[in-house]
Amino acid sequence: MRLVVDLNRCQGYAQCAFLAPDVFTMHGEESLLYDPEALDEHREDVARAVAACPVGAILVEAATSDARAARTARVPVSGGAW
Amino acid sequence: MSGDGTLEHLRRDGRIVVVGASLAGLRAAETMREKGFAGSLTMIGDEPYEPYDRPPLSKQVLLGKATAEHTALPRRREIDAEWRLGVPATGLDMAARRVRLGNGDEVEYDRLLIATGVRARPWPNEEEGALGGVFVLRTRDDGAALERALSAGPRRVLVIGAGFTGSEIASACRERGLPVTVAERGAAPLVGALGGVIGEVAAGMHRENGVDLRTGVMVTGLEGDPSGRVRAAHLSDGETIEADVVVVSLGAQRNTEWLSGSGLGAGPRGIACDAGCRAFDVRGIVTDDIFVAGDVARSPHALFGYQFLSLEHWGNAVAQAETAAHNMLSESVDRLPHLWVPGFWSSQFGVNIKSVGVPPMGTEIMITQGSRDERRFAAVYGYQGRVIAAVTFDNCRWLPFYQRQIETGAPFPVPFETVDRRPEGHKPMSADFPDPSVPTHGPTITLSGYSPADRKMTFIPAHH
Ligand SMILES: Cc1cc2nc3c(=O)[nH]c(=O)nc-3n(C[C@H](O)[C@H](O)[C@H](O)COP(=O)(O)OP(=O)(O)OC[C@H]3O[C@@H](n4cnc5c(N)ncnc54)[C@H](O)[C@@H]3O)c2cc1C
Ligand code: SF4
Repeated sequence: MRLVVDLNRCQGYAQCAFLAPDVFTMHGEESLLYDPEALDEHREDVARAVAACPVGAILVEAATSDARAARTARVPVSGGAW
Repeated sequence: MSGDGTLEHLRRDGRIVVVGASLAGLRAAETMREKGFAGSLTMIGDEPYEPYDRPPLSKQVLLGKATAEHTALPRRREIDAEWRLGVPATGLDMAARRVRLGNGDEVEYDRLLIATGVRARPWPNEEEGALGGVFVLRTRDDGAALERALSAGPRRVLVIGAGFTGSEIASACRERGLPVTVAERGAAPLVGALGGVIGEVAAGMHRENGVDLRTGVMVTGLEGDPSGRVRAAHLSDGETIEADVVVVSLGAQRNTEWLSGSGLGAGPRGIACDAGCRAFDVRGIVTDDIFVAGDVARSPHALFGYQFLSLEHWGNAVAQAETAAHNMLSESVDRLPHLWVPGFWSSQFGVNIKSVGVPPMGTEIMITQGSRDERRFAAVYGYQGRVIAAVTFDNCRWLPFYQRQIETGAPFPVPFETVDRRPEGHKPMSADFPDPSVPTHGPTITLSGYSPADRKMTFIPAHH
């Protein structure tokens, strides 16, 4: 599951690190580190973190488009129909 | 355009081409679909990967907490695009509205978005730069290669250039317990971006964390061993640093070469565009079908004297992409200006550094909250009597407050009392920015072009 945190918006409240500690960790007092491609087994934890983030900084890709995006990327990359 | 239904036609079955399939390109494409664009969308990118996020490459990835291969950006929505990845755009025919690709193909467009970003400035000596163990850090492949080299346990890492990326790399090395030397021509790390008062704090962070920081020096040459691997670096002060990994962190170069001769206003400083993201041609006339977003763009900003700003900032790429996408599909009266207030974050030595506004415009600085000694403070930059920027070290919750000060042109020196103001914060000091050509690292914000004051001088006819 892909995710990204808008760290301009993040204010280091650490709710995410509390709710999904395998994906988000605080580094020092207010820097956030996260795994941009978290394991699917953490999906529920991550959903709770998304909901709890007071500034709405966490973007997670919807489950369905995950697979589709991966497929798109495998489209032949040169010499197409054009 | 409204009368003849051209825009309606464009939205229904137009052809939109995006060159540069990274953060700005992806977010623009998503925005176009969100706004109902139903025509064909082609994403052209020279990297063989779908869009991924770069900031983790110098942070999580080098700390071993994520891998470079797993940094793909989450999608906000389906974009139903044709992806042409692994092939560069090599030319543009503005009259025929065609993009030429490296494999000889040509792609026609009705609207073009250019989001080709920047690349790492290479080591100036090509032969030395090609030595084994010499790295730059911009791409996923760079990140994977550098991480492998750090995992192998080098005897010493040398980072050339102490900008944000170079400092983050040095910080990651120290966390991994690796000996690291940082060489910087400026007086301190980050001076180009944040000035000398803050640079001094950054220097303290390097030294306290065991970085062998050398400032005011240049690396004059890299030396290889017989097997073609880097062994040492020579400094302008006569010293030699033995290092088996060297990271060249000299800032960025704009990816605009593919546009040379096209007639578009593109060059080493980026692609100039208006506040609505429309590119200028070489004559200084704005185009109506070519738009620009992200690191490669430079655009005038009302809050900063209409100077052209080039911002190598994640948040700018997202915001400008959204505005460009909106404007590409809008009548001129419905277009929006890109008025995003610059904002940036960096994480190094366990400290969260954030800024808003344009610090390098600042001539003075006040520490308005906390203290530099504690590495927890907020500082405000002043320019011609108003607040122009702010920076926080581990104090980011106050940043939105300072952003409003910038947006409203609040006076400087700040007349208000702030929470936790210390004696050191009562008087403005010189922000102490060096001449931009001095630091080894790039500033990540570059100001260029004319201010209204310049314009007045230019346009008053001489014989009056
Ligand atoms: C290591 C690192 C750490 C960073 N950390 C931070 C941070 O902490 N905070 C922050 O705000 N910002 C940070 N940034 C900056 C941020 O990543 C950039 O601002 C952002 O990536 C800009 O997005 P972009 O889409 O405009 O350009 P880019 O991401 O540079 O993408 C441009 C794309 O276009 C491709 N391209 C170039 N020329 C052609 C061509 N002729 N044809 C086809 N494709 C082409 C390039 O290969 C690239 O894939 C960091 C950057 C790096 C490298
Ligand atoms: S919960 Fe939101 S604001 Fe808090 S650390 Fe996580 S991302 Fe940042």
